[in-house]
This record gives sequence, structure tokens and C-alpha cells, in this order.
Amino acid sequence: MSALHTRTLTQLADGLRRKSFSSVELVGEMLARIEKSQPLLNAFISVTAAQALEAARAADRTLAARGGGALTGVPIAHKDIFCTAGVRTTCGSRMLDNFVAPYDATVVAKLKGAGAVVLGKTNMDEFAMGSSNETSFYGPVRNPWNPQLVPGGSSGGSAAAVAARLIPGATATDTGGSIRQPAALCGITGMKPTYGRVSRYGMVAFASSLDQGGTLTASAADAALMLREMAGFDVRDSTSVEREVPDYVAALEEPIAGLRVGVLAEFFDKGLDPDNERCVREALKVFGSLGARVTQVSLPHLPLSVPVYYVVAPAECSSNLARYDGVRFGHRCENPRDLNDMYRRSRGEGFGAEVKRRIMTGTYVLSAGYYDAYYLKAQRVRALINADFARAFEEVDVLIGPTTPTPAFPIGAKTSDPITMYLNDIYTIGANLAGLPAISVPCGFVQGLPVGLQIVGPHFSEARVLTAAHAFQRATDWHTRIPVGYA
Amino acid sequence: MALTREQIASIATLARLDLTPEEIPVYQESLSRILEFVGALERADTTGVAPMAHPLPGLTQRLRQDEVTEGDGHERYQLNAPLTTAGLYLVPKVIE
Repeated sequence: MSALHTRTLTQLADGLRRKSFSSVELVGEMLARIEKSQPLLNAFISVTAAQALEAARAADRTLAARGGGALTGVPIAHKDIFCTAGVRTTCGSRMLDNFVAPYDATVVAKLKGAGAVVLGKTNMDEFAMGSSNETSFYGPVRNPWNPQLVPGGSSGGSAAAVAARLIPGATATDTGGSIRQPAALCGITGMKPTYGRVSRYGMVAFASSLDQGGTLTASAADAALMLREMAGFDVRDSTSVEREVPDYVAALEEPIAGLRVGVLAEFFDKGLDPDNERCVREALKVFGSLGARVTQVSLPHLPLSVPVYYVVAPAECSSNLARYDGVRFGHRCENPRDLNDMYRRSRGEGFGAEVKRRIMTGTYVLSAGYYDAYYLKAQRVRALINADFARAFEEVDVLIGPTTPTPAFPIGAKTSDPITMYLNDIYTIGANLAGLPAISVPCGFVQGLPVGLQIVGPHFSEARVLTAAHAFQRATDWHTRIPVGYA
Repeated sequence: MALTREQIASIATLARLDLTPEEIPVYQESLSRILEFVGALERADTTGVAPMAHPLPGLTQRLRQDEVTEGDGHERYQLNAPLTTAGLYLVPKVIE
């Protein structure tokens, strides 16, 4: 029997149903891997071993009775941005260091309902603000391909855990690239669905018009399986969309011959590393060989997506994070002199440097006299970018390009200049601004480091995006590579 | 555009963030850089373009019936509170 940890989520779900191994056995192996990796990778903030083993025993009983859901007994981990009842939910911040969520996020409840066993909560950039996992209060996560390098962010813990095969699948969130960018840097598959597809209830808010939950897995087939269980309308999220969830798994084997693929001219800019570009161009040839019709398209306003994002996201963050006032939950300073002193010191102590930077940027762009020039202007340019995408999708079915400009970079290399860090998300932010589904899949290696390919589709075309990614993964084996030391 | 120390202090006051004297020049520099960077938006012609607040066009805010749907969970919720008494959240005295 091949080692359980090298199997995909789909294979593990099948193996459990066939009783080739038990959930207790599988969960035990994964917990041991997590424990062993933790001193180096730091992928987890909390490991819930006792609860996981108990849930695994219950799953084995369910499986023995031939019951259960699509994921019964399958171990997963949640990004520590999702509220988990009775388990600490920190969002990577000192502010929430002692916060024990009183309820489950809808995503957590749905995956639990499908039978998944939660092994713990993964490390992340503080309040999901970062592209390297270096802003976490709990320390940086290291990239399993090279521990001197960042795993990407903000879902760096989930990405590193899946890449190192500590867990076959993990939840994540994506506000400007936080699923796709770490997926690219860690050599795994990261799926961000359409805005409104997955409930945001119980998912700690950063920028509410951009945030969307999704998956980090080894393959697109695994993403389809996990997303099918996570997606759907939720009356508790006012931006959740009332629309049927297609069977993403059933759609996977549909042929992609005739698929109209648009290559985004704006993604092949001067910032794109030539080796990354070579990998992406090779991947486009694969799509051509599968019968896709590859054409060039242009989205003229797309280069403005990073500036739009760094007005809109901080603005929304400054209002969302106003709730951390030291009154009802979260950090409170010692011996406050008065109410204002309590607010200011609790927030000054509880938030890290990048979160404060974004709150202040947002406060400024929303303040009297600057609102029109920055915030309204950014929202207007956002409309132009959205219209560019809509026009492109009249001509093509999906847009394909790189996920990131470069492979993973060294820890500490981009922390001194926020703009350099922000430009990591130059190819991913557009999909958030327009609310589009997008996936990153591994498409090659540069000096031993994985490169990501991004596929973006129109609103609610998750099935098409996953099917295209799956077709690519049937024709290539980049997604099966495991970092040395974790195979 | 470059922000002054006073502007940073005033933004921090609006945001209810206590900054140390060492933090002020750091944010002075980085916020100035960010504002310069987002200044690129000025070059886009947005005449007649309506601001977009929500990524799904045409979707309106859904409203629900004004009914009580949640039970009273205050004891559970207050387990996370820094300071409570008799079911109330305690804060420093507001009115002397």
C-alpha cells in the first residue's frame, strides 16, 4: 500500500469508502506529519488532535454502517480565518489571540456535514493582509520547496500544509490573490470561486466586496470535490447568491476541444520573470494540443487593478476592523485611562504593522476631502476593469495567464517596501475586483520552484474553470510533484 | 503626495490607533508611497462611469422579514469579552 499522505483527497475519500484504510489510521498519520513539520514549516496555529481522532472514530463507525457524505473521514484543515465553534480562531492576529468562536462558519458547518475531519487551523497573514505569510502574529510559514522562501499569502499555512502533504485539502480565502498566489508559490491547486458562491458567514471580514472562500488542494479534481460541498446559498450571508450548485465533479471529464482561450496581453508585462513566462507559454501549447482555440485578448484597464485594490481594500478593511474596540471580544490594553485611551491602545497593541498601515490608508481615502478623489475614483475604475472582463468574455470562454510574476521569494526580501509586496498580486487582483472565479494550477518549475498558471472564467463558471484545469492536469504531471523530504 | 507627521497623527486619531513616536515616520513614508502609487488612477478617464461597489452587477441587497431568528446566546458570546458583570460589558467610566 502506498503511503496515505501522497494520495489525493479524491483517492482518500474513495479509499475510506472501500475501507482500504480507516479514518483513524489516516488522521493519525497526518497528525504525525503535522507535528513533525511544525518546528520548520509553522503551517498551523492550532492543531486539534484530540477532537480530530474522536471525529475520525465517529467517521469510521459511519463508514462501517455504509453511511456518510462525500468527505466522510477525510482530514482537512481550516484557514484560521474561519470561525470554529469551541476552537480558537485568531485570524493570525494578537487581537484575536484568545478568541474562541462561539459558532461555526457556514463553510465549516458544511464540510463537517459532508463528513470531513478537521485537524487544525492554519497559519495566515494577519487578517489576511499580506502576500508572504510574514505578517502573522504567530511567525512566518516556510515554503516546503525551500524553507528560506515564503509560501505566499495570505493563505500561506493552508498552501504549505497541502504542498508538504500534511493535509490533502484546506480551506482558504482570497481577497486579492490569497488563494491563488500561495498555490502558485507552493506548487498546488488553488480555487477562488465567484463572489457570492461560497458563504462568508463566520469568515472574518477583511474587504467585504472582494473576500471569497475557496480551496487549496493537490489537484483540480480535489478542488471540485471540496468546492461542491462548500458552495451554495446561505441566508446568513447577505451577499450569498441564490443559485444552484452544479456537480463540479461530474463535469470534470467533459472535453475542452473548442474551448476559446484568451491570452491576456496585459499579463505578459515587463514584470513577468522570463522563466515563468516560458512555463506559461508551454502550458498554452498544451491547451492548444487539447483542442482549445487560443487567441490574444486585451483588457486595457487591467494594469490599474493594483491601485484600485489598494484604495478599495483598505477602505473596506478600515470599516470592517472598526469592530475591534476592546469591548466585546479581542485584545484589551491594561489599565485604560478612559474609553478613548482603551480604544487606541487596545488597537495599537492588538494590530500588527501591516494591518495598521491598511487601516490608516483606508481611513485616509474615506476621510472628508479625499473620498471623491480616491475612493469614488477607484470604484469608477473598478467599473472599467469589470467592463473590460465582460467584453473579453463575449469572445472567449476563459482567460489564461500567469498567477504570479515570479516564483517564491526569500523571507524578508519584500518586507521593507509595501508596494513591492503589493505588486505580487498584480495578476490575481483583477478577478477579485470583477468577482470572477479563478484557479491557479502548477505549470512548471524554475530552479526547483513551482510556477502557477491562472485560469479565469466569467461569473459562476466554476465548472468550466475546473474542467479546463483538470484537462490540463490530465495532460501534465506538475501537480503530482512533492517537495523533497515530504514525499 | 507626501504626508506630514501631523497628518499621520490625525489619521491615527480618526482610526483610534495609538502609534509610538517611532511608528509615525514609518507610516509617513509608506502611506505617502501608497498614495503616490494609487495616484495612477487619476490618469483613467472615468467621465460618466458609475462607481462600482459590488462585483455582481444588478444584484441588490437582499432583505429578510423582521423576525427574531436567533436565540439569546449572550452568556456564550460574553465568554470572549475582556470584562463583564451581570451580563453587561464593562468599559472605563464615560460620564464622571
